[in-house]
Amino acid sequence: MRRSLIAAALLATVASGPLAAQDLPTLRIGLADDADALDPTMARSFVGRIVFAGLCDKLVDLDANLNVVPQLAESFAWTDSKTLVFKLRPNMKFHDGTDVDAAAVKYTMERHLTMQGSGRRAEISSLDHVEIVDPLTVRMVLKAPSAPFLTALTDRAGMIVSPKAAEAAGKDFSLKPVCAGPFKFVERVAQDHITLERFDGYWNAPAIKLGRIVYRTVTDPSVRLANLQAGALDMAERIAPTDVETVKKNAKLKLAVYDGLGYQALTFNVAHGDRAKTPIGQSALVRQAFALSIDRAALVQVVYAGMFTPSAQAIPPASPFYAAGVPAPGRDIAAAKKLLAEAGVKLPVVVDLTVTNSATQQQEGEVMQSMAAEAGFDVKVHTMEFAASLDADDRGDFAVHLIGWSGRADADGNLYVFLHTGGPQNVSAYSNPDVDVWLDGARAVQDVAARRDLYGKIAAQNVKDVPLMYLYINKWITGMSTKLEGYTPIADGMIRPQGLTLAK
Amino acid sequence: MRGHLGIRIAQVIPTLLLVSIYVFCLQQLMPGDPALVLAGEERDPQVLAQIRAELWLDRPLPIQYFHWIGNVLTGDFGFSWRIRQPVSMLIAQKLPVTLQLGSMAFVIALSIGVPMGIISAVNKNGFLDYLANGIGLAGLSTPNFWLGIMMILLISVQLGWLPPSGYVSLAEDWRQSLATTIMPAFVLGNAIAAVLMRHTRSAMLTALEQDYVRTARAKGLREWTVVLRHALRNALVPVVTLGALELGTLLSGAVLTEQVFSVPGFGKLIVDAVFNRDYPVVQGVVLVTATVYVTLNLVADVLYVLINPRLRGA
Repeated sequence: MRRSLIAAALLATVASGPLAAQDLPTLRIGLADDADALDPTMARSFVGRIVFAGLCDKLVDLDANLNVVPQLAESFAWTDSKTLVFKLRPNMKFHDGTDVDAAAVKYTMERHLTMQGSGRRAEISSLDHVEIVDPLTVRMVLKAPSAPFLTALTDRAGMIVSPKAAEAAGKDFSLKPVCAGPFKFVERVAQDHITLERFDGYWNAPAIKLGRIVYRTVTDPSVRLANLQAGALDMAERIAPTDVETVKKNAKLKLAVYDGLGYQALTFNVAHGDRAKTPIGQSALVRQAFALSIDRAALVQVVYAGMFTPSAQAIPPASPFYAAGVPAPGRDIAAAKKLLAEAGVKLPVVVDLTVTNSATQQQEGEVMQSMAAEAGFDVKVHTMEFAASLDADDRGDFAVHLIGWSGRADADGNLYVFLHTGGPQNVSAYSNPDVDVWLDGARAVQDVAARRDLYGKIAAQNVKDVPLMYLYINKWITGMSTKLEGYTPIADGMIRPQGLTLAK
Repeated sequence: MRGHLGIRIAQVIPTLLLVSIYVFCLQQLMPGDPALVLAGEERDPQVLAQIRAELWLDRPLPIQYFHWIGNVLTGDFGFSWRIRQPVSMLIAQKLPVTLQLGSMAFVIALSIGVPMGIISAVNKNGFLDYLANGIGLAGLSTPNFWLGIMMILLISVQLGWLPPSGYVSLAEDWRQSLATTIMPAFVLGNAIAAVLMRHTRSAMLTALEQDYVRTARAKGLREWTVVLRHALRNALVPVVTLGALELGTLLSGAVLTEQVFSVPGFGKLIVDAVFNRDYPVVQGVVLVTATVYVTLNLVADVLYVLINPRLRGA
């Protein structure tokens, strides 16, 4: 038995040739949080997606311009507005050696839709059923036309798992996930590290120049930076904006700074229970005045060393759906005062602002407090723990809440659930029939220009109604060793291992 | 003696049951819905309902409690809602880390605090006394968080002597393991050393004024023999009591220090679990910590009876 094991190991070494995992460098990445369940169906955390970028390939991926490009699928096409056909690459294997085929795609999609506690169900709720055309061709049939559906498959919903492994593991799949990505799972110590090892059977193996990836959880940003400086990490995500200068001065380190998909905003309670019955909840004029009293650029300068991009819309400039006609307005105290007079409210207008109990969020709150005071607002900043603030949102127990959104590649993901009447994240209880029509319309058409027009109308209407006041678009600030080459920044903030090389 | 021990052991079970009820109820008072936190950014009501059903959150509290405690009695602590790993596995991963870090910190605290206290008492109002007091005060008033970051910047980033954070187990590589834990252990031990130093000093000062010390000196014993063999023995009693208390605290995890050095111990486990409303993890960790405390107490009681025969009839 032992002899055969040794023989097998030797054979494996010979067969894998010069690119065997043990000859290649190990990349150590510092993550700002601990990932949650390592199961594409169940997972919900942002950092979990970074690990999945190494572990699980998707049917399709995003390129640097946020276009949808093939990954496990060799090609894809809409045959009509409700039918999407994928042609898979031949001879692809999962980490357990089984084939990546149409049956596996059908199995995974059905798992996403039916598994208890699935985090994917809402993302692909427009999917009606999946048909196997031949072993390498699948046809996905939707209930209604949905432009964002394809983009959803560039993330966890498009990650295909091994049916054999998933069936065997049941709910314990996240303890030993088996996908078709460039790296296979080795071990995980919760809150400490996740280790992946190069999968020699990967369909695109020549693109992988790393032997292992160790994802280490280092939650404190200064400690994450210190690890990078000391050479204990090769890469660290989410460097604090205030540390950017330190990294720039270090000859051994470099930065990738690029726009993300997420935003920071003030959510106004306009009709959700009794807390909406305040001047700022009831009057769009008062909200417009508040928006005019805030200098977004100064806010970003003070709190984030000017690193983020001031914005008055939910869609990042990197997106093809960005509304160029809705720029972030400057501060105008005179206009704000005029609007308040027009609204006929008693001054000062009291505004209860909820912020999360993090240092930067509190600082943002205080900066806005002093800015708005000049126009006649008395902003009272209340700090609350994050989980408690989500609960308060859901109950309508807030007047204004400073909260961000991590962002989605398709514009629909940044807008629909927040602004559509009855949308699951519409905690403002905002309702505008025109906006509903535009949101539904933008889902139903595939044409980018037509969708951009509709999203432009929504952005312009938002400046008038102000259920949400967008403040800025986040930037990803990734620090890395100068020994690391080949990193492609894509607005989703993922760390894709394809093409990365690390000098020893 | 046997009767006393029997009663003490019989008290353990109801104590732990009370702890379990207490933790379970206290959690319900926390604002924030676990299903909402778990759902992350997806707030689809159907998704939330599914999560609640899966985790029994939609059932009455007593039923949730009995379901959980029933499983615990069969050795099943449930699974972490967030990362979907068994709670017993998480505890088994973290407990050795906390034990190692706690005992190293304790050894550091003892080997700094007690000698400094002795030196300070012997040189009362002398230069060494002021120096030791000064160091003690600095140790007490330096926040662990700050000291940790400063040590990382100096020792790891500037000098490159030790890894800045992380953890390697003793079994994997004992040298690397000591290298990763020595800084956090020092930070933790430093504050306790200061407390021990001050207690040792005052206990020693009292002891040095006792008649038996004067007698020992009158016998012509050497000063250090008097200090170490006669005075210290008696002075150590309150120090040992205090030390045991501090050890207990160390073993329940050191949140800030673990956070700074990214040491995956008990403190970090429970704090993350509280923020994520990961109830099974909170419950499991508190129950295990309570069991450790209760057991240590029991052992201490038994030792006390063994040492002090007057208590045996009680």
